[in-house]
Amino acid sequence: MNALWIATLITSAICFLLKFVGYSLPESLLNRPIIQRINSLIPIALLSALVAVQTFGADQNIVVDHRLAGVGAAAIALRFKASFPVMMLLAAIVSALVYRI
Amino acid sequence: MPIGWEFLGQNEGVSSSAANGSEQFDEAAFDKRLVLRDSLAVAIPVGTYGAAFGAAAVGSGFSVFQSCLLSLLLFSGASQFAVVGVMGAGGSAISAIATGSLLGLRNGLYGLRMAPVLKLNGFKKILGAQITIDESTGVAINQESRGRAASQYGFWATGIGVYVFWNLFTLIGALGAQSIGDPSAWGLDAAVPAAFLGLVWPRLIDRKTKLVAILAALLAVLLIPLTPAGVPIISTALLAVYFGWRK
Repeated sequence: MNALWIATLITSAICFLLKFVGYSLPESLLNRPIIQRINSLIPIALLSALVAVQTFGADQNIVVDHRLAGVGAAAIALRFKASFPVMMLLAAIVSALVYRI
Repeated sequence: MPIGWEFLGQNEGVSSSAANGSEQFDEAAFDKRLVLRDSLAVAIPVGTYGAAFGAAAVGSGFSVFQSCLLSLLLFSGASQFAVVGVMGAGGSAISAIATGSLLGLRNGLYGLRMAPVLKLNGFKKILGAQITIDESTGVAINQESRGRAASQYGFWATGIGVYVFWNLFTLIGALGAQSIGDPSAWGLDAAVPAAFLGLVWPRLIDRKTKLVAILAALLAVLLIPLTPAGVPIISTALLAVYFGWRK
């Protein structure tokens, strides 16, 4: 079994268990503000890191290329409250144009 | 998935019609059509983003079958994008698993929030857990003003709706991406970070969340040349713990 299969199946299993365990834990856990704060910040940190790495990373190098133009377009689209598909389409179009030039 | 509900938020977000219509219905009787409309208004557009995931997964080297399995089994948009993003960037399976699982943590807290509303047992608990995501929880909380039955109905309608459309569009996106050659020529390599940006954007609601986002992005870029792929991303979870700990 290669790495793609391992990542697919094990992440799926863990994420299902996380969902399932939630239904079995004492509700009082929710009342702890520290858990709520960390829980709302974890996706923010990871997603921001993913934006940065997917924009600037190429193997272990930091590069500035067509992807930055696409992500920049996405940021402008989001700033003007574009919907999710419109934003992604703009990012793809701008990035593809810069790549082909 | 793209909508950033604060999961404990009382009655924000999903649709203004929920708040407007709430006075007309008491606890016992709620208008199924109204709840179903709110549920589908979320489920259909969100489901279509599955095409973006399918395309990104195939662009990152996953087969069409693996892409579909991720949507069927993992079924949590941010975690799915993270797994294909980390693997596509050359990360190890362990990095992908760790990042995807950390992003899946919040679904556990959604379950904690939904448990007393849904009161699930046995097979229904397994099904309910699998569709416990941002959207189903968000709509269910939003429908609480119409009573517990409406909230339950909203949860199932939205969760099943997103599940069906998300999986259908994953297949369409994956097949589509398979038929176009170089992902860069079609902008697919920028569409993936754009998707992450779209996922994080609605969560940036105050100075602290914006600060964490900027610091996480900076830390991750700094770590790119220094650590194996995947590590720059997981490391930023420490920032979340640090800022969550100190208020």
